[in-house]
Parts: sequence; structure tokens; C-alpha cells
Amino acid sequence: MSEPRSKKPLPRPTPETQHFWDGTLAGELRLQRCEDCSKVYFPPRPFCPACASRSVEMFTASGLGTLHSYVINQRAMPDSGFEAPYSIAVIELDEGPRMMTNIVDSPQTPEALVLDMPVEVTFEKLSDDIALPLFRPKAAPSDAAGPRGAS
Amino acid sequence: MTRTRVAIVGAAETTELGKIPDLSVIGLHADAALNALTDAGLRPSDIDGVATAGESPTSIAHYLGITPSWVDGTTVGGCSFMLHVRHAAAAIEAGLCSTVLITHGESGKSRVGAGGFNRPAASLSGQFEAPFGPMGAPTMFTIPVLRYMKDLDLSIEKLANVAVVQRRWASKNPRASFRDPITVDDVLNSRMIAYPFRLLMCCLVTDGGGALILTSAERASDFPTRPVYILGGGESTETPMVSQMEDLTTSKAFRVSGQKAFESSGISHADVDHLMIYDAFAHLPIYGLEDLGFVERGEAGDFIWDGHTDEGGSLPMNTNGGGLSYMHSGMYGMYALQESVRQMRGTAPAQIDGAQISVCHGVGGMFGASGTIVMTNQPS
Repeated sequence: MSEPRSKKPLPRPTPETQHFWDGTLAGELRLQRCEDCSKVYFPPRPFCPACASRSVEMFTASGLGTLHSYVINQRAMPDSGFEAPYSIAVIELDEGPRMMTNIVDSPQTPEALVLDMPVEVTFEKLSDDIALPLFRPKAAPSDAAGPRGAS
Repeated sequence: MTRTRVAIVGAAETTELGKIPDLSVIGLHADAALNALTDAGLRPSDIDGVATAGESPTSIAHYLGITPSWVDGTTVGGCSFMLHVRHAAAAIEAGLCSTVLITHGESGKSRVGAGGFNRPAASLSGQFEAPFGPMGAPTMFTIPVLRYMKDLDLSIEKLANVAVVQRRWASKNPRASFRDPITVDDVLNSRMIAYPFRLLMCCLVTDGGGALILTSAERASDFPTRPVYILGGGESTETPMVSQMEDLTTSKAFRVSGQKAFESSGISHADVDHLMIYDAFAHLPIYGLEDLGFVERGEAGDFIWDGHTDEGGSLPMNTNGGGLSYMHSGMYGMYALQESVRQMRGTAPAQIDGAQISVCHGVGGMFGASGTIVMTNQPS
């Protein structure tokens, strides 16, 4: 039985991007790298945007990055699948590329969303075919043994 | 300075601006076009080149009864009209046509006969931006700004001040939508739209249109208005996705377009008497001043704060009140061009005395594209 379709605007993969969306469904953030000039790039395409080589490979990224910039939207359109306030952010991945996302598992406030803070990917399944790559603050190693880990 | 070969000989906006519920999109194009034809003393049969964005040039030409032999439908967002001016000037110089009509019309507020904003779900922005909930320009165009504020040390007060200065210009303009003076506190106390952007840092949404008519400089003196010569121009694109800008604190499209405009016109920054920088949001004049090279990186907020772009300043900017206070139908570039023409004709409500060179810089999409036009009222 299929899950209820999200009200969010669902992406429609194309042949050139299908591997990315297959990846998010499998819990992986997949990027591409040029086999000639080593450029890592996003969004997906079957050639290198730096040197136009068609020799490119796909790999699974670390899913780690930093919060590069964002806004906090204060009003969502009705029936949009979003509830305000929510952040619309740009993440800089450790591998280099940037991507748009939402920061989740965090208060949606300027105090909680600090530029350059470490974030990690998490996936939200919207339908049988689509999972979105979202990001959440990455707990510092010391936090694991702290109050959150103990509760 | 470069020799001028093409001039703007007709320029007009729609009869009304603001809320125009009795005209559809194509009707706004036509109202502006008819006003520009009257301004130039021409009839549609005198036009042999048509350029437009938002509507197809086929529709506009047919609606107005024009049979063009040169057509440009370049559509790269709100600066499309700067590109049309540049392309038209090249076409006239090359002898492809003699008299070009450029039209704009948009039912931004009333939405009469207007299309939607949706991006196809299979496009790159449909796949990699839309699912994260940006809801129009106020939640997309604004995303780079926190990065700029941190890296270049711009305060929220100086960002807010952009809107304050432009409102002062608007207060001198009877056609401006908002004319009551505002303070930095007013801006910072207005409703939060998308942190850190508050209502008064965002453009208004109105109905309107505008049109321009260009022909060769040799013919320009035959027309009833003071000719405004095209001295140079530039254009570029960067990305359809704001998240994929090379650097969120500077626009590559602005830099390329601006540099081309200065090179082609043979002027220096000190020669510029009047400046328009498309201001859909308060940060755009800051990016524009820096990316066009009027000030160094990180200096634009202070430059505006210190009054240089205000009345009596060294570089009067957005003298119609801008998209923040004058009007903004969606593709504002046409109105920036109209104000540059008025300043060069000497007919602007807030006229800069003795102004001879105007630079008019536009943005398309969310830092997606750019176009820059340099105009002068001095024949060469």
C-alpha cells in the first residue's frame, strides 16, 4: 500500500538525476566527481561543469557539512505541506558543493541556527519514490555523553 | 567615450501604475506601447522590430498590428529589458531593423490574465530547491544575505537604511506607491517576512507596464523628445538556482555585465551622474554598488548610510523610489530604464541637475541574470 503523498512539491527525477533520488531513498547522499579533473559537483549531470568531461563517477558523500546561509520563512501558503516558521537553508557540504535544504531537529530561530555550525544529513520520505535530504545540527562528540545521551 | 549610434526616442509607462484591475497582462503591454508611440510621434506601422519578455513578441506584434522584421524574446527575468535594449542597439547598428519597440506589462497585483509562478517539477530548481519550501522571491532572493552580513560585517540597521533612503526619493515622486518617509526603526519594526527580511525591506507588488522605442542616432533629432543615447551595455547569467551561486556574497552576473558596460561605453565610475540598481530587496543595491565597482567589497552599506546615494550625494541612486517604494510589477527592469530615460531627458520628478550619464543595472531571477545599460544625453 502506498504512503500518503506529501503536500510538498515533489521533485520529478530525470534520467540525469535519478541516481541522486535513488540514493536519498536508500539513505545515501550521492554526489558526482569528475574522473579527469577531480571536481566534485552538484546538482547532478552526466558531465563535469568544470571541464566538460563525460568521465564522471558517482560516490556516496559523508552527509556532513556546515550551515552556509538561510532565511526563516514566517508564513507558509495554505496546503503547502510546510508549517511556519521554517528555515530554508544552503548547506556547504564537506566535499565542496552547496545545496538547498531545510534545517530540522532544531528550533527555527536565529539563536539556534548559527552560520557555519556543523550539520549532518537526514532523510524525510515523502512518497514511495521520493525522500528529501534534510539537515540537522550535528551533535558535538562531547554531547553524546551529556544530558541528551543520558536521558 | 564611445560614439553613440542608437538612441531612445520614445519612452513611457502605463497610464496608471499600482492597481489596474481593468487591464490584463497584454493590455498593460499595449497601453505602455501606445503611450511610447505617442511620446515618439510614431504609429505601429513605423515599428519594424519588437522585443518583449513575459509575453511572446508574436503576441505583442500581432496585438498592436506590427509586422516586424526583427524579433527578440529574450526572457531572463526582470532585467530582460536591459538585454533587449542592448540587443536592439546592436541590431539597429547592424542594419537588421530601424525602429524597435520594447514592451513590458505585468498584472503583478491584480493577476488579470497572468500566469503562475510554478517551476516544473523535473527542472533542476523544481527538483533541488522547490521541495524545501521557498515561496516566491521573499524566501529565495534573500537567502544569501546572512552570509553577506557575516562575511562583510553588514549590520541589519544598514540593510534597513537602504529602504529609508529610497523612500526619501519616493517622497518626491507623485507616481510612487509609497511616499511617506520612514526611519530605520520603522523598517526594523515592520512585520518579519523571512528572517532577516522584514516587510519594508521587500519590494511592493503592483500592476503596470512600460515601453521604449529605439532608433539610429542620426534620426534621433527628428523626434519630439530629447534623445537619450545608448553609450554601452553588458549582460550575463549565472545560475537559475540561488543556492548554486558561486559565492553568496557577490553576483558573478553583476560583475560580468557591469564590466562589459563600462568597457563598451568607455566611461569611468567617476563619470556616472545617476545610477539605477534594480532593488527587488534591500540588499540588491548593496551587491550592485560593489559588483559594479562603485565601491570596494563590504563598503556599500556604509556608502549608503553616509548619504552618497541620497539627494545631494555624489551618486544619486534609485531616484524614482525603486522597487521598494515606487512600483514593482515583478519584472521591474523596465521601470529602472524609464527613470534613467527621464533623468537623461531632464524630466524626472526628482531631477538630478545637469546629469549627463546614467547607468541602469538590472537583475533577473534570483541573481540568475543581469543586464546593464549606460545612457547619455550628450550626442557624440
